[in-house]
Amino acid sequence: MTRTQLTVNPTTTPAAQRDAARETSPADDRVMLSIEHLSKVYADGFKALDDVSLEVRRGEIFALLGPNGAGKTTLIGIVCGLITASSGSVRVDGHDIVRNYRAARSLIGLVPQELTTDAFEKVIDTTAFSRGLFGLAPNPAHIEKVLRDLSLWDKRNSRVRELSGGMKRRLLIAKALAHEPEVLFLDEPTAGVDVELRRDMWLQVRALRERGVTVILTTHYIEEAEEMADRIGVINHGELILVQNTTELMRRLGSKQLTLQLNEPLQQIPEMLAEYELELSEDGHTLIYTYDTHGERTGITALLSDLSRAGVRFTDLRTRETSLEEIFVSLVSPQS
Amino acid sequence: MNLRAVQTIYLFEMSRTFRTLLQSILAPVLTTSLYFVVFGAAIGARIPEMGGVSYGAFIVPGLIMLMLLTQSVSNASFGIYFPRFSGTIYELLSAPVSSFELVLAFVGAAATKAILIGLITLATASAFVPLEIAHPVWMAAFLVLTAVSFSLLGFILGIWADSFEKLGFVPLLVITPLTFLGGTFYSLDMLPPFWQTVSLVNPVVYLVSGFRWSFYGAGDVSVVASLAVVAIFLVVGLTAVWWIFRSGYRLKP
Repeated sequence: MTRTQLTVNPTTTPAAQRDAARETSPADDRVMLSIEHLSKVYADGFKALDDVSLEVRRGEIFALLGPNGAGKTTLIGIVCGLITASSGSVRVDGHDIVRNYRAARSLIGLVPQELTTDAFEKVIDTTAFSRGLFGLAPNPAHIEKVLRDLSLWDKRNSRVRELSGGMKRRLLIAKALAHEPEVLFLDEPTAGVDVELRRDMWLQVRALRERGVTVILTTHYIEEAEEMADRIGVINHGELILVQNTTELMRRLGSKQLTLQLNEPLQQIPEMLAEYELELSEDGHTLIYTYDTHGERTGITALLSDLSRAGVRFTDLRTRETSLEEIFVSLVSPQS
Repeated sequence: MNLRAVQTIYLFEMSRTFRTLLQSILAPVLTTSLYFVVFGAAIGARIPEMGGVSYGAFIVPGLIMLMLLTQSVSNASFGIYFPRFSGTIYELLSAPVSSFELVLAFVGAAATKAILIGLITLATASAFVPLEIAHPVWMAAFLVLTAVSFSLLGFILGIWADSFEKLGFVPLLVITPLTFLGGTFYSLDMLPPFWQTVSLVNPVVYLVSGFRWSFYGAGDVSVVASLAVVAIFLVVGLTAVWWIFRSGYRLKP
């Protein structure tokens, strides 16, 4: 059996390609979405949004990241006209969503979180219906292109109820694209879909961005935000905690931990291992090393070598990625 | 005005009717035929003429009104309730469509269906009894105004209801009893004076009476009163719908 040595060029790794794509992102300076001091308090007193301000530029992919109930869907609902804001203002390409709602909404496409479709309609009819709602003349060629792009053309005469969950999700995207929107909201677009479909959707979204469409997506998959977005906004308890360039944010958040179960308990960490900033458990049996997954070197090889030289032996090791919950805790903690 | 959206919603709603043609068309034809067999041929043969027309002919306007009211309310309430139930209402609310355009499309489609059913009922009735319409223009006006008014009522019901049970509540427990007690099968002067007075509180009496006047030139109450009641229904319905969209009641949290 032969072993092939792989030489990885740093500029051709997926992460490097992604970062290069971000640098050449077609986003321009035109603000497509402007949210100012937006708040929402529901009738039962629940404060879903608290003084949120945000700007998203044309051609940008912006991911709104947050746990369930953080306020992501409320934010999208207000922009799209489904929920009434308590205070604040929203403009889409300069059009106020209340005073000039027709102009604002005609620019927006919305893919909701739930698989809400009219089960008894044909795929092609319900897609054409969405276009008509936006006041546009029928355009069979465009509808065909949208359905082909989303691999639904073969199913155009099927009733919606006959589609699989993944197909329904794609149909919702097709409906949102039927009127050629300039701003596309994707609310948890890949929730509950398989990996292959998820990657297909990412490709679709990138293709839209290439055409100048501004994409705002919500997700609680950090991987998705990392893969797709130019910028990420983190929302928690209705507050926009931070908005940052994706590459920078991932560098800050994307850490992993290597846990070593020691053969013999340690009283203290040897001096020669100080540079690794290791954590030692109270009972002295576990060493934890936290490292940056986006760094050029993780330092694991050097650490293992230095452990050996220091005479520290271990019986087991495992790695663990920082969970989204931990990331949120770190972001909302006073120390952060 | 986004007329294309109005047309899109209207045609979408109408297509539902044609998709369920048997239920939409055959059911009212069958129901009307049964009414005529029972009340027209079996019982009606033993009842003397009423207001100069046979009993079978006498009940025709009331039967059409019964169909018109129940169909208007059912069609409109289901039309707007179903997108709420299935969640597809998001598409309507996020589109560049005004509340007036939404109402125009949904109520227009519901009223159209109800009028079609009314005309089918009329055509079916004419197969059983000889019919003449004294004031065809007024007949058409009553048909359209009543269908629109009660479609508005149905639209409000569809917004208010949060279950299919509530959706069926008003047509079954309000509209049908009021129509049966509204002079569909009898003339008010057949009732004792006390019940005649009580009946005048029933708004459907005015609708049936006005509609019957357009057929035979005579009714239980004056045609002006009938028109006034239709107008009141229309104004109340429009006001309620205006308030619903202004407040976002059951539509926008």
